[in-house]
Formats: sequence, structure tokens, C-alpha cells
Amino acid sequence: MFKTENFINIEDKSYPKVDILKNEKVKIEVRDVNFFYGDVQALFNLNLDIPERKVTALIGPSGCGKSTFLRSLNRMNDIIDGTRVEGKILIEGEDIYNNSTDVVSLRKKVGMIFQKSNPFPKSIFDNIAYGPRIHGIKNKNTLMEIVETCLNRSALWDEVKDRLDKNALGLSGGQQQRLCIARALAIEPEILLMDEPASALDPKSTSRIEDLIAALRKDYTIIIVTHNMQQAARVSDYTAFFYEGHLIEYDKTKKIFTKPTQKQTEDYITGRFG
Amino acid sequence: MKKPDTLPLNKKETLYLSKVNKALWKDKLVKYYLLGNGSLSIVIVVLIFLFLFKEAIPLIQFPGVQELLNADWTPVSFQKESFGLLPLITGSLLVTVLATIIAIPFGIIGAVYISEVANSREREFLKPFIEILAGIPSVVLGFFGLVVVAPLIKNIFGLNSGLTALTGAVLLVFMAIPTIISISEDALKSVPAAYKEASLALGASKLKTIWKVVVPAALSGIVASIMLGMGRVIGETMAVMMVTGNAAMVTLNPFTSVRTMTATIAAEMGEVTYQSPHYSALFWVGIVLLTATFILNMISYKVLKRYGIYENK
Repeated sequence: MFKTENFINIEDKSYPKVDILKNEKVKIEVRDVNFFYGDVQALFNLNLDIPERKVTALIGPSGCGKSTFLRSLNRMNDIIDGTRVEGKILIEGEDIYNNSTDVVSLRKKVGMIFQKSNPFPKSIFDNIAYGPRIHGIKNKNTLMEIVETCLNRSALWDEVKDRLDKNALGLSGGQQQRLCIARALAIEPEILLMDEPASALDPKSTSRIEDLIAALRKDYTIIIVTHNMQQAARVSDYTAFFYEGHLIEYDKTKKIFTKPTQKQTEDYITGRFG
Repeated sequence: MKKPDTLPLNKKETLYLSKVNKALWKDKLVKYYLLGNGSLSIVIVVLIFLFLFKEAIPLIQFPGVQELLNADWTPVSFQKESFGLLPLITGSLLVTVLATIIAIPFGIIGAVYISEVANSREREFLKPFIEILAGIPSVVLGFFGLVVVAPLIKNIFGLNSGLTALTGAVLLVFMAIPTIISISEDALKSVPAAYKEASLALGASKLKTIWKVVVPAALSGIVASIMLGMGRVIGETMAVMMVTGNAAMVTLNPFTSVRTMTATIAAEMGEVTYQSPHYSALFWVGIVLLTATFILNMISYKVLKRYGIYENK
């Protein structure tokens, strides 16, 4: 067992290393973020910038805080009692933990896909129309257009176009997950958070989801948590390695997987621990 | 190696076999004992039905079953006795439907509050009170109705008497609400958290999430809770008897006095001549009542069962 402190200086505020993102437009800036579940600190002094319209993968062993970090980006941690955030998370320069931030419009901008597909027990159509409806779209034709566009984008349209009125729970696991992606796209987010979106799926469905991510990356800023190293290497442009609530290393995916600068990162990606 | 079956058993083996046999026999005995216990309630229900019919049958011979369809219930009369169940059925129906209509919003909103909105301290505080409400003896509730609710209704609506169907319904609301709340709450609680998260992550407010996702997902459980609440209400006797005025009239006006089926049986059974037509007629009232609660319970059971399957998914 090794101590995080041995590897990086967590007081080092010089992060993010601007050079790795020098050709990118920064979408999300994370500054000195500490996160607490009650008295337990889960994230320590996080500092990183996430580039726009790129795929950023968060990797690390279970319990390292990557999911917590992901959920703090659309304030989904708010629904857990006793959680607390220190520091700033800026999306396009706006602090999302500011008192004046409207959580509804934040979550409209930052869509989320969960580990376990969670379609509502409603029809396929109603699942996708749910988001637009709660944001005020009532026109049936407009909704139909949205549904078709989103299902096309998530590569599900051809499989379900004849049964839009059937219950979504009748779809296969992979289809359900693509439906959830379509549902998230329906509210026209700019950022997509994916919490291990393929971990419960078979290899074929997984590769479809990965293809989908590749197709979506040109329009959306995607942040994906994954336990699967190969997946991170395949789909992402940038990779952040978390360990015990600390950001250990953040760099271009290629660099992380070929010559990581931290020994810990190397140990993790080569499977020596985790 | 296994011994061939033909070899004689030695002492040890015989002993072992007899032990095994004994255990098997015991097993069987316990099984039948439990089966007997389990079926006891079925036997009792069937027996009650049979008994009711046995006592009710004489009315078919005299004065005839068409008597029951009359519009008035005057079982004791010097001129002409009449055993029409219609006023009693409408009386029960009116009180039950009124009580259900009033209880549904309170029950559902209460359940939603307890399961979705209240923090754990509020929940710990509220739940025992709901259980206490369920445990209040109906006679005591009847007192409360006579002293508090009846005058209140009399004054609010400017009536001559506060002993109305509405008064009975208000008391029955108190009896239905605990049933509706506790079963609805269970149903709401078992809605997967993933649905809520999905809705919140799409930018829905908490209120929208509750009404558009959580409540629809728990709807069958909620419907079942209402059915069970109705079953409880329609069978309630004492509180209703004390406050509805007990005038047997065919009416759907909530501000008039009504006589329910339960109150009729309770009030008249003690004084009726054994095996007279009146006696038989009261058993017919019992049959109608039992059938009604039976149907309500069957429906809620069916709904809950479907819900249970759904839940296991």
C-alpha cells in the first residue's frame, strides 16, 4: 500500500497543466473542489479543466471518487442528505454551486446516463418525450420530431420505430441503455455525463454504446466514468486517474496509457492494483 | 461401494431406518397441521357464507325474494311490512363513496409526503400517529362524531340536524386514511430510486418527479390501498350508526339522514323474532354486505398481485 502524498503534491495549485489543453476550448473548470459525505471527505482539492466536445474518461479503483465527482457536475449529489461541496465548479465560466444557480436549467444543460439503464415504466415515446414535456413542449408533432431525432442519434430508431407505444421495459438491456441516452439527448444538453454506461452490458451492446459515444463526441462534451481500461483507451481523448479522492494524473489518453508520469497510474492501468 | 438391497440389515441400519421413517412421518404430520391451519380461514369464510344463506333462505318462500327489491325498509309495521334493501344499499353506498372521495386526496398526499418529502425525523413522528388513528375504537370515534363533527356540519351547512350521511362519511375518512396511507406509502417506497434519479437528472423538479414518475409507477399499489380502505369503510358499523341518523331512505343527498347495511344489522338483530321474515331479511343484508367487501378485497388483491410481479422485475 502506498500513500497518495508520496506521489503528488496535493497542495500544488498550478494544476491544470495548461499545455495539455492548449488547443482546446475549456468547457468545465474545477477549482479546489472538496467534497464531503457528512464528515467523510470524498474528494480532495480537485483542480482540472475539461475540454469542450471531447471525451474525457475518469478512471480509478472503486471508491476513488470518480462517480462522486461526475455527479457533482450536475449536482446530483444534492439529493443525498448531508453532502457538502467546497470550491468552485464553473461551466462556461458560471459557478454551478452559486446560490443563484437554477438546478433545473443546470441539469438541462448537463445530461446524465446511469450505470444501470433506468427507463421509466412508460412507453418508448413517453420516455423520450418526458424531458421536453417537463420543459414545456406540448405540441405533439414537435415531440414526435424530437423523439425521432434522438432515437436516430442513439442508433435505436430502426429497432423501435414500429413500437414507440410499447413499454420501454420490454427492450433488451443494451437497447434500454441507448434509449436512456436518447432520453438524455432529448433535452438538448451540451454536456453528457456517463456513469459506467456499459458496465452492465454484453460485449456487443458495449461496442454499440462505444460507437455511439464516438459519434456523439463531435456535438457534446462527454465525461465518462469507466472501470474498463480498454474502453477508456478506445473512446476517450483525455483521461483523469483518481485515487482515494485525489486526482493523481490527468493527460491525453494516449499519454496516460503509454507513458504515465505517476507510478500509481502506471500500476493501475497495468493491472497491478485496483 | 453400495451394498446390494438383498442383504439383511444389521441392527445399526435398522435403527437408522426407523429413525428416518419417524422423521418423515413427523414431517408429514407437521405439513398437514400447517395445511389445516392455512385452510382454516377458507373454511370459515365458506361456512359463514353457508350459514348466512341457510338463515336467509326462508325469506324466499315467504314473503318472496322480490320483497328485497322494494324501495322501503319497514320491517316492523302494523299495516304492511316491507323488506326492501334499496335504502340500505344506497345508504351504505352514499356514505362509502363520500368517505372514499374525501379520503383519497388526503391519503395519497399524506403518503407522498411521508415517503417522498418528509425527512426521517418527521417520518418517525408522523407514522406512529397514523397507526394510533387506525387503532381508535370506532365507538370513541362515534362520540367524537356526535359531539364535534355533527354540530359542525349542522352549522356549516345550516341543517336541522347534523346526523347526516356526510357526518358518517367524515368519520369514515378517519378510518380509511390510515389504510390508504400505509399501503400507498409502501407502494411509493418500492418505486426504484433509479426512476427518481433519471427524472431529476433530466431537470425535473422534485414535485414533477413525484407526480409524473413516482406516483404513476406506484399507481396500482395506490389503487389497491383505496380499495382496501373502501372495504374497511363499507364494513364499519358503530361510528356510522351513531352519527348518520339511521333513517332508511333512498337518497343520494349527502345532507340527509341515511341508514347503512351494517347499522341496520347491528340495531335490529337483537330484537328481531327468531326465523321471522325480518330475521331472514337481515341475513340478506349480511349477504349483500359480505359480497361487496369480498369483491372489493378481491379487486385489491388482484391489483396488488399484479403490482407485486411488477415490483420483482
